[in-house]
Amino acid sequence: MHIPDGFINAGTSLGAGVLAAGGVAVAVKKSSQYMEDKQVPLAGLTAAFVFAVQMLNFPVAAGTSGHLLGGALAAILVGPWAGALCVTVVLIVQAFFADGGVTALGLNILDMGLVTALGGYAVFAGLRRVLPKSKASVTVAAGLAAGVSVVLSSIAFWSQFALGGNVDIALGSVLVAMVGVHTVIGIGEGLITAATVGLVLGVRPDLVYGARDLALLLELRPQMRTAGGTS
Amino acid sequence: MTTTRLFVIAGLLMSFALVLLVSPFANPNPDGLNRVAEDKGFAAAETDHTFGDGPLADYAVRGVDDDFISKGLSGVIGVLATFALGLALFASLRARRGDRTTTKEND
Repeated sequence: MHIPDGFINAGTSLGAGVLAAGGVAVAVKKSSQYMEDKQVPLAGLTAAFVFAVQMLNFPVAAGTSGHLLGGALAAILVGPWAGALCVTVVLIVQAFFADGGVTALGLNILDMGLVTALGGYAVFAGLRRVLPKSKASVTVAAGLAAGVSVVLSSIAFWSQFALGGNVDIALGSVLVAMVGVHTVIGIGEGLITAATVGLVLGVRPDLVYGARDLALLLELRPQMRTAGGTS
Repeated sequence: MTTTRLFVIAGLLMSFALVLLVSPFANPNPDGLNRVAEDKGFAAAETDHTFGDGPLADYAVRGVDDDFISKGLSGVIGVLATFALGLALFASLRARRGDRTTTKEND
């Protein structure tokens, strides 16, 4: 999904760079408001883990692969704004691996960082509202939201291509192809995200930002029992 | 309950294991975007990458001949760099808000 240099013209890339810088500035402000001490190393780990798993391309169709984008996963683990920053850090490091163009960094931060983290988290939060309050629901909602986030990301790329693509081709067929292949990649994204969130929920549920309400319940229960016993 | 520090160390070890042992077997085909670019005819618009000749270009460490080891090693460097940069960023974010709303974990 990394956009290389040359796909999108300079003006659109620059505009995306300005938008991405604005988004990152908001993300810095917002995440500094809720970042707790224990979340600092966790957010660093989340970024590192996303870098690692992005290297694991899986087959999606004949001659095509896909890999985790990780924005939704990061958002559910450390919060939507910090999650967007995690992917931004990954993208900056990946530029040194010649993965994702340097002039396309703003485009990529928008598509793979902000759209997946904020869009994915919005879907996750919506699903959690209608699903029962349980760890299983968090895992299912995480997987579904992550899958949708990949499709959102592919649409974000398409809109950038529609605005400033360097090759003049039928936009409708590009949209159909992008959404089609990224729907399949989204299944992989959903499975990896659900497995990872499920694993963290099993070991340290209190570290999952998107399950804070559950952790609070788990912490309160023994206290309530004690309170009941002493009265 | 494991401590946060133990959790982070375990997560990093898992990340190292993934890049060292799994990434060399990753599917080498173009990803979704590159496939669409080839099929729809805009793949040729790609220009040379700024760091295309860099020491870590295309997830290989220059000078390490074995493809398997070169990719895994590049992944370890990437995981460490991402962790360090992320830690620096998030620690500075945390420091922006000077108050201590949570007690430091005893780990």
